[in-house]
Amino acid sequence: MSGYSADTRIRWTEWLPWVAAGAFFFLLPEYLSLGARILIFILFALSLDLILGYAGIITLGHSAFFGLGAYTAGIVSTQLAINEPFVQLAAAAAVAALLGVATGAVILRTRALTLLMLTLAITAILLEVANKATWLTGGADGLSGVKVDPILGFFRFDLYGRTAFLYCLIALFLGWWVVRRLIYSPFGAMLTGIRENTTRMHAIGAPVYWRLVLVYTISATMAGIAGALLTQTNQFVGLNVLGLEPSGDILVMLILGGVGRLYGAFIGPVVYLIAQDYLAKQYPEYWYFGIGTLLIAVVLFAPGGILGMVDKLRDKWLSLYKQKSSARASAR
Amino acid sequence: MILYVISVGLSVTMGLMGFINLAHGVFAMAGGFILSTAMARFGVPFPLALVAAFVLVSLGSIFLEKILYSRLYARGELSQVLFCIGLILVAMAVARLIYGNLAAPVFLPDYLRGQVQVLGRDFPTYRVFLILFSGVLILSLWTGVERTRWGAMVRAAVDNRGMAQSVGINTKRLFMITFALGSGLAGLGGALGADILPVQWGYPFEHLVYFLIVVAVGGLGSLRGPFVAALLIGIADTACKYWVPALGAFLVYAATIGILLWRPQGLFGVRA
Amino acid sequence: MAFALQTEKLCKSFGALTVAEQIDFRLEPGARHALIGPNGAGKTTFVNMLTGAIAPTSGKIFLNDQEVTRTSQAARVRLGLGRTFQITTLFRSLPVLDNVALAVAERRGDAQRMWRPASAHREIIDESLELLATLGLADDAAAAAQDLPYGKQRLVEVAIALGLRPKVLLLDEPAAGVPSADTEKILRHLEKLSAEIAILIIEHDMDLVFRFAQRITVLVQGQVLVEGPPEEIAADKRVRDVYLGEATHA
Repeated sequence: MSGYSADTRIRWTEWLPWVAAGAFFFLLPEYLSLGARILIFILFALSLDLILGYAGIITLGHSAFFGLGAYTAGIVSTQLAINEPFVQLAAAAAVAALLGVATGAVILRTRALTLLMLTLAITAILLEVANKATWLTGGADGLSGVKVDPILGFFRFDLYGRTAFLYCLIALFLGWWVVRRLIYSPFGAMLTGIRENTTRMHAIGAPVYWRLVLVYTISATMAGIAGALLTQTNQFVGLNVLGLEPSGDILVMLILGGVGRLYGAFIGPVVYLIAQDYLAKQYPEYWYFGIGTLLIAVVLFAPGGILGMVDKLRDKWLSLYKQKSSARASAR
Repeated sequence: MILYVISVGLSVTMGLMGFINLAHGVFAMAGGFILSTAMARFGVPFPLALVAAFVLVSLGSIFLEKILYSRLYARGELSQVLFCIGLILVAMAVARLIYGNLAAPVFLPDYLRGQVQVLGRDFPTYRVFLILFSGVLILSLWTGVERTRWGAMVRAAVDNRGMAQSVGINTKRLFMITFALGSGLAGLGGALGADILPVQWGYPFEHLVYFLIVVAVGGLGSLRGPFVAALLIGIADTACKYWVPALGAFLVYAATIGILLWRPQGLFGVRA
Repeated sequence: MAFALQTEKLCKSFGALTVAEQIDFRLEPGARHALIGPNGAGKTTFVNMLTGAIAPTSGKIFLNDQEVTRTSQAARVRLGLGRTFQITTLFRSLPVLDNVALAVAERRGDAQRMWRPASAHREIIDESLELLATLGLADDAAAAAQDLPYGKQRLVEVAIALGLRPKVLLLDEPAAGVPSADTEKILRHLEKLSAEIAILIIEHDMDLVFRFAQRITVLVQGQVLVEGPPEEIAADKRVRDVYLGEATHA
C-alpha cells in the first residue's frame, strides 16, 4: 500500500508484467495487435485506477477523455496533416487535459449519483458530437485515413504490429512509472486520505476540491494518451471509443483486476480482452452472460477483484504455514 | 409518458430506497417481453397481459431482491453500480438467447388502434390511452406514498432504518415490497411502451441513460420530480430532433448537466 | 488586546429554530477554556461555525484579529485553527503514523509533492513520530487506526490536530465514550500541551472540565448564560438549576 509507512522499493513481482510482455512479443508474434490493444487498455485502466482506486472518484464517463484523445490524434492527422506521432500524442494529451480541468472544475463539487450522472452526460455529449459532426469525425462510419509517420523517423508501423506493440509498451511503462511515483508520494497519500475520510481532510486544511481537480486532470491526460495510442495503432477511430459502453468496459476491467492496487489495472484488461477476443466473436450471448455473472460474483464475494483474491490466498497460506511451523515448534 | 411510468418505478427504488439501480431497464424489458409472449404465444388479451407483466416482473424482482440486492443495500455506490452493470449484461444475454435479435412484436387490440378525435384533431388512440392511463397511475401513486400508512412507513424507513425497525416496522419486508412495486412499475412501463419503444435485447443499455437522466433531473425520493423531468425531457428531445436534427440528443444532455449543476439534488429532490 | 479567537453577535438559525443567538465569545492566547451546557444547547453548532463547517446566519468570527467569517474551512486551518471531532473521525484503515503525517504534510505544504515517495520524506515522518511519542502512541504508529482501543483513537484525534501546529485548538468532547481510566490518561496528555496553544474544550465530563479549564462558558439554548472562572461557575445558582434540571431528566 502507498503512504508514509510504505516500502517503496520495487518488488520482484512488479517486474513480472514486463517480463510477460517481452515473452509475449517473442512467443506470440501473430497476436501482437491484440497485445497492443491490451497494453493500451491497461494504460486506460491505470488512469481510471488513479481517480477511482486512490482518490475515490466514481465515474461512468472516463471514456470521454479516452475518446477525445483518440479523435484528437486522428483529426490532427486528417485535418491538419500532421502525422508526427509524438505531436499527435501531445495534442491528444493536451486536449484531454483541457477537458479534464474544465469538466473536473465544474462537476467535482458534486457527489454520488449526481457526479455519476454528470460524468455520464459529458461522455454522452461527446458521443453525440462525434456522431453528428461527420465532416470532422466521419460520424458513424468512423474516422479513417489517419496517417502516422515512422517513430523518430525510423520505426515504421508495420503490418505485424511489432512497432505498435513496442511503442505502446514503452508508453505504458512510462505511464506506470509516473503513476507509481504519484501514488507513493505525499500527493498519493493525500488522495488516499480524501477517499478514506473527506471530512477529516477538510479539517486538516486540505483544499480537497482543487486536489481532486488536479488528479482528475492528470488521469484525463493519461486516458487521452491511451486513446491516441489506439488511434495510432489502428489508424482508425470508431464511435465505440465514447459513451457509456467503453466507460463501463474499462470500469469492469479494473474491478475484475482489483481496484486501488495498481496492478489490478494490469490483470483486468489482460483477462477481459483475451476472453473477449476468444468468446465474443463466436458466442456473444455467452460472453455477456459470463462477464455479467463474473462481475456480480466479484462485487458480492470478492471486492478486491482477482488481485484481492490472490492476496487473500497468500495471506491464508502464510498464516497456515505459520500455524504449522509454530505447531511444530510447540510439539518439540 | 412511457419514460415516466418506467422512471417512476426507478424513482421508487432509487429514491425511496437509496439504491442506485442501473438495472432498472432490465425489468422494463422483461415487462415488454412478457406482454409480447403472453399475447402472441398464449393469446392473452391485452389488459390481462399488462397485469401479467406487472405481477410477473414484481415476483421476479422479489426473487432477485432476496438473493442479490438485499446484500448490497449497505454497500457503497460503486458496488451497486457495478452489480447493476453485471445484471444488465446477464439479462441482455438471456434475452438474446431466448428472443434472438428481433424486437418483440406487439399486437394492440383493435379498440386501441386507429385515431381518435380530441378537440377537433386526430390523435392515435393508443397514445391517448397511454396518457390517460399514466395520469391515473400517477394520481394513485401520489396518494399512495403521501397519504397511506405504507407511504409513511417507507419514508420513515429510508430516513432512519434503525429507528423504523425499532418502532416495529419490518424494514426488510417493507423494502422488498417497495422494490417489487418499483420493478413492477418498470415492467408495466416496458409493456405499455413496447409499441413505441421497441423491446429487444439491447433495451436495458440503450435507454439506461434516459431513465437515469429522468431520475437524476427529477430528484431522488420524489414522485413529482421524475414526472416533470420525463415531460421536460420528452418534449425537449422531440422538439430538438424536430427542429434541429443536427443537434440530436445533444440538447438533452446539455440540459441535464445544466440542471444538475444548478440543483445537484434534482428539481424536486429531497436529499442530495 | 488580540484574542486568539473571538465571535461577535454570532447567530445561527435553521428556519424558525434558533440554535445560536448573539454569542459574544473570546478566547485568550494560551487559554484553557471550556464550553459547557446541557444537550441541545448549541455547542456543536457553535464549534461548526468556528471551524467553518457551517456558515452563521449573522455575526462575525475573528481568528487572531483577522476576520474569518466567510473564510473556507481549509483556509482557517492554515491560519492556525485545529479541531478534533466529537465522533472519532480518523482515516480508519490507514496506519496511525499516516493519520498524523497527512496533517503534518498539509501544514508544511508538502501534500502536493508528487515525486519523492512519501516514506522518504523523513522530516514529515520524524515530526509525526515525535508527536505520537508525546501522546504515548509511539508503539502504535504502525497499527491501523481502527485497530486501536477507543481511548487511543481519541488521542490520535488530538495528534492529528496537533500535527497542524494550531494556535487555537478546539477539542470537541475529547473523552466522549472513553472509559474513565482512559479519561484520566487523556487529561494528563492534554495538560502537557504547549502553553502557547489556546484551547477550547467542549465536554460533558464535569470532573474533567473543572480540573482542566481556567475559564468556563455556559451555553444554554443557544445563548451564553454565564462566563467565568471555575469556582464562580460552580457556585452559580443558574448553572446549577440548568444542570440539576437536566440531571432529573437523566
